[in-house]
Amino acid sequence: MNTIEVHELTKKFGDFTAVDSISFDVATGEVLGFLGANGAGKTTAMRMLCGLSKPSSGQGRVAGFDIVRQPEQIKKNIGYMSQKFSLYEDLKVWENIRLFAGIYGMENRLIATKTDEMLHRLGFASEKNTIVKTLPLGWKQKLAFSVSIFHEPKIVFLDEPTGGVDPITRRQFWELIYQAAHRGITLFVTTHYMDEAEYCNRISMMVDGRIEALGTPKQLKQQFQATSIDEVFRKLARKAVRNE
Amino acid sequence: MIQVRQISKNYKNVQALKELSFEVQAGEIFGIIGPDGAGKTSLFRILATLLLADSGSARVANLDVVQDYKKIRSRIGYMPGRFSLYQDLSVIENLELFATVFNTSVKENYDLIKDIYCQIEPFKDRKAGKLSGGMKQKLALSCALIHKPTVLFLDEPTTGVDPVSRKEFWDMLRKLKQQGITILVSTPYMDEASLCDRIALIQNGQFLHIDSPQNMVKQFPKPLYAMETIENYKWLNTLKNDARIASVYICGEKLHLTFKADPALHLPDLVPVAPTIEDCFIHLMQYN
Repeated sequence: MNTIEVHELTKKFGDFTAVDSISFDVATGEVLGFLGANGAGKTTAMRMLCGLSKPSSGQGRVAGFDIVRQPEQIKKNIGYMSQKFSLYEDLKVWENIRLFAGIYGMENRLIATKTDEMLHRLGFASEKNTIVKTLPLGWKQKLAFSVSIFHEPKIVFLDEPTGGVDPITRRQFWELIYQAAHRGITLFVTTHYMDEAEYCNRISMMVDGRIEALGTPKQLKQQFQATSIDEVFRKLARKAVRNE
Repeated sequence: MIQVRQISKNYKNVQALKELSFEVQAGEIFGIIGPDGAGKTSLFRILATLLLADSGSARVANLDVVQDYKKIRSRIGYMPGRFSLYQDLSVIENLELFATVFNTSVKENYDLIKDIYCQIEPFKDRKAGKLSGGMKQKLALSCALIHKPTVLFLDEPTTGVDPVSRKEFWDMLRKLKQQGITILVSTPYMDEASLCDRIALIQNGQFLHIDSPQNMVKQFPKPLYAMETIENYKWLNTLKNDARIASVYICGEKLHLTFKADPALHLPDLVPVAPTIEDCFIHLMQYN
């Protein structure tokens, strides 16, 4: 089963083609790395997948809903976490959970019990009343991820999720990601850390609005005769003609 | 060129730096590698004479960071982690401003910045705020170099920059090194460690280890093995509870393992691998 199905998706701004006829599928429970240089069209593509922007042409289904006709249903079935913005620093841990769960339309009595359950599972039960600002970075990121899947979305978009954390915290974070994937949540990851991309099941690389490569990290390294994803990226990005 | 002795810095109840000591030789590229909040920026600000340490001493270009701070400022170039140029001035206006502040002109030192600046020169009338990440970084480096410093402090210059621009940036640093400039650079990207002459791994305000990247991986204490499976997550959970295994963690597509005794050969596709700086960092975090 696929959580994302996209066929010849295109977005034009005037005579500029930001996203140029991309087609791909993402299976349920898969972790997809969505890479590309600045200006390659990643953000525009992601905005269409989230139902925030209407494609100029092409079709797509996300979480079973049509991206042109049912963008509101899509929004209810996705989660989002970015390293730059994810939680309100001045709110307490439980207040953040309450706020985001409310935004996604969860019922109040469900929120309370699920909050305790989640904090217990993370080993954060004692931090329920802590102001988020005072938590260590690694904890914040784990909490932010747990909040992004709190309403049980079908798919979560992660924007550079582990930038700047220490290597041990980073691995714990990826374990959470794999755990979510194991439970059937699909993960869509963008990052500038190429070694982080190697944690994904498959990687897509965008150049000038098109998907130029798509495969497992191993396949891509073989295809481009490279020893690392960093090298694959550089070989592909060199072909770019678009100037940001 | 840089001497640091037992530098400590506290903010309220946070110990940002705990008695750090190290030296950087003239013409060396020295990397400070560690996560956010480890103390990298505090260290840079102390050496750039923008912050006073609580205790300890530091010398840059043979000058004391407290007594001789004015002299130091004309001899160093500092590129802070946050883009700190004037966003509403154009590329050329920013460069001219920095040159003027240091009593020099763009023309006088053009040779030093030529290789870097020529890449953004076509956009010289664009406002700095409208540049892409890679171009901002090149402009910031040009501004930090315009007065011909002997020491460069680069605080996370490549964070958030795509791999192509990062590669170009490191190529530029190597050229500057050839011109005799000493470079202290910090990064959270472990894969950039191998591009430095020596590195210090930093965590919670302390150095875990200082050495050349080559020596550091040689000192990894146990044979390291990699295992590639289709079900890494399941294997990880199984192997974590195996008493024969000293450590197991995910590393990209693979699992990395060390054993308490000889490797348990019943595991599929187990191959010995050379440790990376990241493996060393994990090991040092666990044993410190």
